[in-house]
Amino acid sequence: MLKDITLGQYFPVESLLHRMDPRFKIVFTMLFIVMLFAGNSYLTLVIGAVFVLMAQLLSHIPLKMSWKSVKPILPVLVFTAVLNLLFIDSGDTLWEWRFLKITQGGITTSIFMICRILLLIVGSSLLTYTTSPILLTDAIESLLSPLKRIRFPVHEMAMMMSIALRFIPTLLEETDKIMSAQKARGASLDSGGLMQRVRALIPILIPLFISAFRRAEELATAMECRCYRGGEGRTRLRSLKAQPRDYAGLAVCLAFAAVSITVNILR
Amino acid sequence: MSILKTEGLTYTYSAGTPFEKTAVDHVDLEIEDHTMVGVIGHTGSGKSTLMQHFNGLLRPTSGRILLEGKDIWADKKSMREVRFRVGLVFQYPEYQLFEETVYKDIAFGPKNMGLGDTEIKARVLECADALGLDRALLKRSPFALSGGQKRRAAIAGVMAMHPKVLILDEPCAGLDPKGRELMLRQIRDYQRRTGSTVLLVSHSMEDVAEFTEKLLVMSRSKLYCYEDTALVFRRAQALSEMGLRVPQIASVMGELRRRGYPIPEDVYTVAQAKAAVLSCLKGGSEAC
Repeated sequence: MLKDITLGQYFPVESLLHRMDPRFKIVFTMLFIVMLFAGNSYLTLVIGAVFVLMAQLLSHIPLKMSWKSVKPILPVLVFTAVLNLLFIDSGDTLWEWRFLKITQGGITTSIFMICRILLLIVGSSLLTYTTSPILLTDAIESLLSPLKRIRFPVHEMAMMMSIALRFIPTLLEETDKIMSAQKARGASLDSGGLMQRVRALIPILIPLFISAFRRAEELATAMECRCYRGGEGRTRLRSLKAQPRDYAGLAVCLAFAAVSITVNILR
Repeated sequence: MSILKTEGLTYTYSAGTPFEKTAVDHVDLEIEDHTMVGVIGHTGSGKSTLMQHFNGLLRPTSGRILLEGKDIWADKKSMREVRFRVGLVFQYPEYQLFEETVYKDIAFGPKNMGLGDTEIKARVLECADALGLDRALLKRSPFALSGGQKRRAAIAGVMAMHPKVLILDEPCAGLDPKGRELMLRQIRDYQRRTGSTVLLVSHSMEDVAEFTEKLLVMSRSKLYCYEDTALVFRRAQALSEMGLRVPQIASVMGELRRRGYPIPEDVYTVAQAKAAVLSCLKGGSEAC
């Protein structure tokens, strides 16, 4: 059933990382990414790995879930590794065929790249595993609010994002229902050639679009009825408030970044 | 002869996850041919889930469904055939209209059956007439119709397949009282004329009392009973424990009976009540 598709990756368990302020979590993730890409030695990777491991343990997210986020990018990983392996020309040559060359430098670089990408994926997916999509949009809105000065419609963008997220399950359910109804009238959705299949989608897409427009209109009316006039002076049900734990987390992150930078400079 | 039969029909949603829920629990049922059946039950009692099994939209977790004696899941290739023989009209069916004209939309099912143009035309006109859709509307876009007309067009689209069993999930939801009455009358006339079996899912006890011969009562995922409508409405107590009730007029008659007036049992429609009260009044002023 379509309903079984999970929305985003949010993994609802109870943990310190789940409770943290989503704004801080976004900042942590950005710091982490900078730290990872500024680093140029294996030692910085080890520091990154320790950081990820710590966060993973604090998040109570099973390792199986992290593997799930790594799996789709495996082809990219292999591709990068092969490219680096074959085209980097430094150090002793170990094997050569026409223009292809495997050198010691190539091997070390490709291992370095694999580790870096793996850490990047596992680390940053912790953000989406521990933060619900709605909280994430709230946090983005809050972080981008300085852009309001230059007339960037931050609140409107965030509202659009949350509405879109809110309606994904509804529309999936609707699709499911329309599909059943058309199947009951003998529509065959999963047989025939390509053209036939595309044509078979029409009886589903048209009612779906119409209902999406209807819902949009109803929602707009409902919002206007409650005097929605954009973000100006609006208060929140769940306002984001930084706690001591968030500042502690920030301190830890900065410490890791500092160590990483020091290692970079000293080398 | 029975047209639909279930044996130990069980369906579990999201089996093997924390959200597991058994929506239909060991239902054994035999529905006779040429019957008008009402399906009642509290919200979430498993009515709709059960209905979706009858035309193979849902596959039972365990148990079997027999259509005219043949297991519908025995041969997956014949599933489309099953859906033509068991027509299912979902709740708010007007949201599945999609064609350019009402005519084309009603013709969608028959076309999928591979019928010829003359046959399709005959069926479209027949069903539009049966539901009181003006023929002039057939050339219009379905989206230009009123709510009630859309509903009729959508039901006609399923009727036009001439299913042996027609299942309607709350066909009258959101219609005005007059439209309700008319729609149910048209559905019953259709059932009598074609000799098919109609399953009518409804929350209105008055409607099922008036228009059905038998009642299928679902309660907490289980089949509570499948009996003559009159027999079901004798169990006022049990029904109210399930979150259902007898028709209003039946409670009035029950109250009169309790106060000693000679009103027979099995009075559950307004017409019957009128006759009963009149005969009671005529039967002597000392009784009333």
